[in-house]
Amino acid sequence: MTDASVSSPVLAVENVAGHYADSHILHGVSMHVSPGEVVTIVGRNGAGKTTLLRAIMGILTKRSGSIKVFDKETIAFAPERIARLGVGYVPEERGIYATLDVTENLMLPPKVAEGGMSVEQIYQLFPNLRERRKSPGTRLSGGEQQMLAIARVLRTGAKLLLLDEPTEGLAPVIVQQIGATIELMKKQGLTLVLVEQNFRFAARLADRHYVMENGRIVDAIERSQVTARMDAIKSYLGI
Amino acid sequence: MSMQALFGQLLVGLINGSFYAMLSLGLAIIFGLLGITNIAQGAFYMLGGFTTWMLFRWAGIGYFWALLLVPVIVGLVGAAIEKTLLRRVYNLDHMYGLLLTFGIMMFIQGMFVYFFATAGRPYAVPPELGGAYNLGFMFLPKYRGWVVLASVVFCFATWFAIEKTSLGRTLRAATENPTLTRAFGVNVPGLMTVGFGIGVALAGAAGVLAAPIYPVSPLMGADLIIVVFAVVVVGGMGSILGSIVTSMMLGLLEGLTKVVYPQGSNMVIFVIMFVVLLIRPAGLFGRER
Repeated sequence: MTDASVSSPVLAVENVAGHYADSHILHGVSMHVSPGEVVTIVGRNGAGKTTLLRAIMGILTKRSGSIKVFDKETIAFAPERIARLGVGYVPEERGIYATLDVTENLMLPPKVAEGGMSVEQIYQLFPNLRERRKSPGTRLSGGEQQMLAIARVLRTGAKLLLLDEPTEGLAPVIVQQIGATIELMKKQGLTLVLVEQNFRFAARLADRHYVMENGRIVDAIERSQVTARMDAIKSYLGI
Repeated sequence: MSMQALFGQLLVGLINGSFYAMLSLGLAIIFGLLGITNIAQGAFYMLGGFTTWMLFRWAGIGYFWALLLVPVIVGLVGAAIEKTLLRRVYNLDHMYGLLLTFGIMMFIQGMFVYFFATAGRPYAVPPELGGAYNLGFMFLPKYRGWVVLASVVFCFATWFAIEKTSLGRTLRAATENPTLTRAFGVNVPGLMTVGFGIGVALAGAAGVLAAPIYPVSPLMGADLIIVVFAVVVVGGMGSILGSIVTSMMLGLLEGLTKVVYPQGSNMVIFVIMFVVLLIRPAGLFGRER
């Protein structure tokens, strides 16, 4: 790989607008993520964080502006083409298939690149899932479902992962386990975009925080500035 | 009433059940994946029967080759129809899919009536399957036994493909959550074309099996599809295995009615449909939504 391709962003979002049904949700969002970075999108409920991930993934069909994934313009791409560029998606509702058992859920997403984890490695990382491998997806606890949702994209070899609220509604011990998994993913050189309500959780992991308000990115806070700007962050998030 | 008559009618019931099963199984796959109530399923069955007849008449291609070729041909016709027509109504109310497939049915049927008129055309039982077994309590014409066996094989193969293979896994996922499945990199629109093709290919295969039993005629599917829809209502749209079991059960029941109360045999399935709708509107195997 040449130096130029290393430094060019994995994800570059420029002036993206997005509509859902009749409401205008994203108003000119711009952000970028470099290779190997963990970036969070924080903000209050209804700020448009989930919609932004859905726009990047191509699930939000009414979108405009520019979204470059690995230097490819994807604004006109269908979701399956975007995924095949090497993007993995862990949706907010986790999206575990009820008609598939745990192994089938794991095996469902096609490989999109080399270098994904093997099923054996995944079961070593999440021993609970191995025990439940024949259970229908929806019989799992919330934590197990979340682990399965993450495990599912680790197998595909995707290099850019979009995680929507991976800790929502989970017990602290599970949150810790998910935090450890995210750190492992970072060590493996994966690039992560994380939507997160739990700022303390996000602060430990992220290189940069984008703050979203009313469908716009209103601030970008580097890891090194977090302590100094804590008051601003608290007022953004209303905590 | 003689035992001969009883078993004879049960066999007829089993055969009818086999046709119901292949048609309703196809309907269940199509409805699950595309959300379309394919009322043209009977026309694809007729297309299967007619293609079998045409292959033999015009190309000298016999029954067993037809059993292999016809489902592929009918499936390809279905795939072309899905790509050009059905695709346009997915985002609209279910009623549009029903109306569109109704139109497709009228078109296919009308074309065949125009070119071939409505008279039935005979198709010979293949010599390998001629004759009958004497089971002691009844005579079993070989071909009738073959139809039941072949339909069980087709249904089992379809069930196996859906429940145990990676294509089936993807098909089930796309049925449950198409948007997310696309976000994983699966070409769901392409899968829908394949799914519709498989669904109507089952009807086409049933048409091949039917050709030596029922006269091949442009209207052969129109009579069958009404009953098949009643079967689907009884079984519920949701389940693959449910539609197979319900079809066989209702076929047998129909046969049994022919023995004990012949006048009722044409309506027994509809009476059951009526009762099921009253006490379990989603059908015996269906899930309430």
